[in-house]
Amino acid sequence: MIECKNISKSYKSGEIETLALKNASFRINNGEFIAIMGPSGSGKSTLMHILGCLDTPTSGLYFLDEENIAALSDDELAAIRSAKIGFIFQSFNLLPRSTVIRNVALPLVYAGIQKEKREEAAKNALNDAAFPEKFWQYMPNQLSGGMMQRVAIARALVNNPSIILADEPTGNLDTKTGEMVLETFQRLHQEQGRTIILITHEPYVAEHAERIIQIRDGSIVEDDKNNHRRIANRIVKTI
Amino acid sequence: MKIKDLFQETNAALTANRVRSSLTILGIVIGIGSVIAMISIGQGASGQIQSSIEGLGSNLLTILPGVVQPGRGIVSSGRGAAQTLINEDADVLKQITGVAYVSPELQRRFQIVSPATGNNTNSTIIGANVEYPLVRNVSVSEGAFFTDNQLRSMGRVAVLGPTVAKDLFADSDPIGKTLRINKINFKVIGVLQTKGSAGFFNPDDTVLVPLTTMQKILAGSDFLSTIAVSVEEKNLMPRVQDEAILALAAKHRVDPQSPDFSVVSQADILGTLTQVTDTFTIFLASIAGISLVVGGIGIMNMMLTTVTERTREIGLRKAIGAKKRDVSMQFLAEAIMLTSIGGIVGITFGWGISFAVSQIAGIATKVSFPSVLLAFGVSAAIGIIFGYYPARRAASLNPIEALRYE
Repeated sequence: MIECKNISKSYKSGEIETLALKNASFRINNGEFIAIMGPSGSGKSTLMHILGCLDTPTSGLYFLDEENIAALSDDELAAIRSAKIGFIFQSFNLLPRSTVIRNVALPLVYAGIQKEKREEAAKNALNDAAFPEKFWQYMPNQLSGGMMQRVAIARALVNNPSIILADEPTGNLDTKTGEMVLETFQRLHQEQGRTIILITHEPYVAEHAERIIQIRDGSIVEDDKNNHRRIANRIVKTI
Repeated sequence: MKIKDLFQETNAALTANRVRSSLTILGIVIGIGSVIAMISIGQGASGQIQSSIEGLGSNLLTILPGVVQPGRGIVSSGRGAAQTLINEDADVLKQITGVAYVSPELQRRFQIVSPATGNNTNSTIIGANVEYPLVRNVSVSEGAFFTDNQLRSMGRVAVLGPTVAKDLFADSDPIGKTLRINKINFKVIGVLQTKGSAGFFNPDDTVLVPLTTMQKILAGSDFLSTIAVSVEEKNLMPRVQDEAILALAAKHRVDPQSPDFSVVSQADILGTLTQVTDTFTIFLASIAGISLVVGGIGIMNMMLTTVTERTREIGLRKAIGAKKRDVSMQFLAEAIMLTSIGGIVGITFGWGISFAVSQIAGIATKVSFPSVLLAFGVSAAIGIIFGYYPARRAASLNPIEALRYE
């Protein structure tokens, strides 16, 4: 569960201070599928960094599972990321020289999990992300974009996180593979009750979520249930 | 992060850039290899000097006329100038307990001619008594050494060093031949075993004649140039040295604090020469050490490049839960791995060089275990020192910035 109370974030470059986020307050319950939508420069990336414990707010309180993380050190934040957060990036960020299975198991290396258990968890996560078994020993650069993003989804799932943060996950994909990725999110949300936060600038992508937070110029302008929810095409599920 | 995982990550990172990794390792290999080779050459040289000095006679005390001035060493003694040692001094020394043999000697350089072959040479003629071979650790390979009788009767006999024998008689057998030293005829009765040169003195390039003959006929002098004393046991050396000074000072009626002679032990000679070789070794090793530092800088350079190249990867690792320590350990491990591989290959390489030097140049070399340990320790230390800064830089990267890095 996430609770934000009056979060602000300002950056200083030289004399000029820019306020990237102004008094954002909201609550995200466990099991919600939420989209944070806004144009570029709206402050949605800043919000994602704070939600993902990559950064701390300048002022305000951020509770993740009832723990205030606003005042933690870098290494304490790393420990929280390791235990509670799964990241999915626009550009996948896979290690090019490690196999798919090693890429997926990487977060568990830093969590200090035994090798056998890591591989077990990685295989489960790959199955959950609907990644075909015959590519498990491939290198990421031998895979298509859609497949790479599935590896990244499996990596985000592997530590069984409280929240999955997806930053423009379809940004580098064509419509069809993007649809596949969104279908995977919807399935994970429905079948496993995962909490998913989708950051995007595309209304079409945001409409796959249950709830949409609209952000503009650092402020939340709208936070409402999505009444026109799209269901990703189930037919494209199998490749 | 566990050691095994760390090792696996390191291995993957280093094999990803094989050429660059090998070139960096090469820098360390050359550094460590030259340190090992230089130290082994230096140590081999001092070992060789030590054994050849011990080969001049075991437990040897040398008494020289005049004063060996401290600092000027044994090379520039007042030899020849001072005439203070006489035959009776040898008898006094013989009385000291612990003394095994005493060899009073008088040496001069003379022209030697072989009338049979017409060859001539200029060599050191040593007038000696029968204990000379025992004290000086020489033996006769052909013929015989001169006897007490020949000594008493001022026999005109000579025992040749192998170099002199070859110079004068080439390949023919010199025994029984006549040679002319300072225009006086001598009969060759023996040839010495080859010993090899020992620093400034070559025992193979000498001719031995009875001391009496030398003093009365050749040199016309009753004085001695050296008295060599061999002591029964090594641990008796200091006591015998002290007693010899006291006994000779009493005989010469001089103050033992400022005698008119000097007693030099093998340890003194060794000390002077090992000082020289040690300086030489340090000199060589420090030149080699410079290449080691250059190799270390190569490591640092490569690691800094790697950190920049892998900024996004570092950002990702941090995003998914790597702590500062995990990141810095990973990069430090890479640096240490590079230097350790370089160290192992370098030790083998240095060993090879020192073997080649001993084979080709004939200089004895000795690769000692401490020098291997030192080289390995130094290479590991270089890994830590030169890997620390890049590793810290990687660890302190901001994950947000790092993920955005293009």
